[in-house]
Amino acid sequence: MTNPATLAVGDSALPRKFGPMTRQMFVKYAGASGDFNPMHYDDDLARGAGNPSVFSQGMHQTALLATFATDWLGAVNIRRFQVRFQNQVWPGDILTCSGTVVGVNESKEGAVVTVDLTCTRQTGDVAISGSADFAVSAP
Amino acid sequence: MTHDPDDTASPVGTSGLPWEFRIEQGKIREFAAAMQSDNPAYQGPDAIIPPTFLVTAAQWAPAGVRVNVGFERKRLLHGEQQYEFVGRPPHVGDVLTAQEAVVERYEKPGKRGGQMRFAVVVTDYRDSEGRLVARATGTFIERAARKVTE
Repeated sequence: MTNPATLAVGDSALPRKFGPMTRQMFVKYAGASGDFNPMHYDDDLARGAGNPSVFSQGMHQTALLATFATDWLGAVNIRRFQVRFQNQVWPGDILTCSGTVVGVNESKEGAVVTVDLTCTRQTGDVAISGSADFAVSAP
Repeated sequence: MTHDPDDTASPVGTSGLPWEFRIEQGKIREFAAAMQSDNPAYQGPDAIIPPTFLVTAAQWAPAGVRVNVGFERKRLLHGEQQYEFVGRPPHVGDVLTAQEAVVERYEKPGKRGGQMRFAVVVTDYRDSEGRLVARATGTFIERAARKVTE
């Protein structure tokens, strides 16, 4: 975890890679989350609906982005975590999570750091874009 | 939220019924494994929940308590999702009550004709004393129907 006292606008964390993504990861996330939409583990069904194969749950790559963000700024400090689902993620994809500080503000809990977050496929397509607030000086 | 087009779609202002669930150590551990996190904050009897963990609460919702966006499953997209926490995130042993509400609906023209429909569903999570501890906001989209060619 970064020392929050030194954070300033423009700072970014070392990006983190996840993958190659596998069907087993999708199934593991399905079980953990309770989202059993078969489009994420039944290839026949996914192809029948016009997809090349199953694809990952949007909330799965969101959770990977949360792993990156909370390792960076502290799990206990999270106060807001927001994402937009942009592009699908497929088996074999390698995802890169990155983040940049876009604000440092005072709140009743002390300093709150706002970061922009991105989860990008190996093609350069953005899978998830998001932002988060961390109360980095909370007691 | 559910998305049964055959059932009545919940109008703006509709609240579902509250349901209760317990934050469990093993469930957090399972979720942390699925998110490939080895963060110690998610381990042990004092673990806190990861930012998106409250998605798991939906699986403990009894039938009929959730709001219905009324969108066709094949055209349903999850557009945006946000979690806000009032102070530190909940931890193992907390018993929370979740309750959904439809707070907004709007439409936009689809890129290839037809109308895209949007619904914003807020879920409030309260502790045993009724204090708000977290709020989830989801934006769901129903893509425009494809034009039927005759």
